[in-house]
Amino acid sequence: MFSLAHITQIIHDWLYSSFDPTLALIIECAIVILVAIGIFAVLGLVLVLMERKVAAHIQIRLGPNRVGPGGMFQTVADTLKLIMKEGLTPDLADKFLFNLAPFLVMIVAMLLLAPIAFAKGVQIWDINIGVLYISAVSSLSVIGILMAGWASNNKYSLLGAMRSGAQIVSYELSAGFSILTIVVLTGSLRLSDIIASQENGWWIFKGHIPVIIAFILFIIAATAETNRAPFDLAEAESELTAGFHTEYSGMRFALFFLAEYINIFIVCAIGATLFLGGWMPLHIGGWEGFNHLMDYIPSSFWFIGKTFFLIFLIMWFRWTFPRLRVDQLLNLEWKYLLPISLINLLLVTVIAIMGWYF
Amino acid sequence: MGPVSLIALFIAAVLFSAGGILVGKILVKGSRNPQKGQAYECGIPTTTSPWHQFNVGYYLFALLFLIFDVELVFLYPWAVVVKQLGMVAFFEILVFIFILFMGFLYAHKKGALTWS
Repeated sequence: MFSLAHITQIIHDWLYSSFDPTLALIIECAIVILVAIGIFAVLGLVLVLMERKVAAHIQIRLGPNRVGPGGMFQTVADTLKLIMKEGLTPDLADKFLFNLAPFLVMIVAMLLLAPIAFAKGVQIWDINIGVLYISAVSSLSVIGILMAGWASNNKYSLLGAMRSGAQIVSYELSAGFSILTIVVLTGSLRLSDIIASQENGWWIFKGHIPVIIAFILFIIAATAETNRAPFDLAEAESELTAGFHTEYSGMRFALFFLAEYINIFIVCAIGATLFLGGWMPLHIGGWEGFNHLMDYIPSSFWFIGKTFFLIFLIMWFRWTFPRLRVDQLLNLEWKYLLPISLINLLLVTVIAIMGWYF
Repeated sequence: MGPVSLIALFIAAVLFSAGGILVGKILVKGSRNPQKGQAYECGIPTTTSPWHQFNVGYYLFALLFLIFDVELVFLYPWAVVVKQLGMVAFFEILVFIFILFMGFLYAHKKGALTWS
């Protein structure tokens, strides 16, 4: 059958048969670099436009509709504008850290692409500790944010960075616990194993109510970790004038902005992989005909569909819930979500050991 | 692909960011005046440096986070094998989590979790 996995395999085989291994590896690296930059550019353009269109739809507006058909090229125009802007550095800022911070944020976002399975067999590196790798690397992004806030020598930036640090660090715990529930159920940290274990149904359907609770916890934590409303008090426009990137302008600002949207995509992709089966089509154990019918839809469509559904959910939250205060935010995590996720993990463990899932 | 892919992705990120910033630098003719280099404070002139003390509350939460994050890392290898080990592993982790939960309750009782 003609599929993405087939194409990557053909390229791989052809490279290794016609060049010596070192050169083939270098060419493969070059392809990965090009594809990763391509994914970044396309995702940035699509997600920013999607955000504005969803916001417009919810507020009964039209949204961007001048540049291109239906406003399709609005983000391209915005990017061009940002490139033409001067990149200012405040006189009193720590120049080295100030310039390093956008690079760090981008590197973290880029490294997180490695273990994500975009379609059947399309994965940059199928790490055997994939889930651990994701939670380890994603926690590095807070360093970039703190660095940006501290180096700017601006009160708003420092406040925003400190808030953001406390928030990301807190919500990482419940995100970690809800990821662990799936690891307990599958017994593997490798993402391809986790997807393969959902062949007779996604975990959210197979795992009863505890997995649904874990999924809800994960979505809340994901919203908080990406600094999205209602947890966006780290960059609350109306009180902190954008928080940690107040002093950034031009392309450096664009990099922060892009990294933020890429992080949303990655978090949603991980959520879709763990709970909704990644590229696995909707299968129901025992229904052979139905499963066969579902297999006709390509696996990449399933992955993109689920991921964008979760992204839409997170964008929907922004226009539905009011912003929390700092104390409410930390109360919610430490007094409610953390105990709930701990007990939920123990519940799932009992279910996994007794085999009470489908 | 193997671990080399991480180096490739690293290079991709650096290329992407450096390229973007460089193109901006080439295209833009900047202007200079003393007001431009000041930190933005909604229009009024900048007063005092922000680099001094800040709320200790952030520090408390960072410490608590450290405890629970180490616990989380400890749980990863356990989570992989718990299905094979069965109920023994479950009760052992129950004891472990119980002890940590007592510490959590202590912190709660002391008011470390209340933002002031």
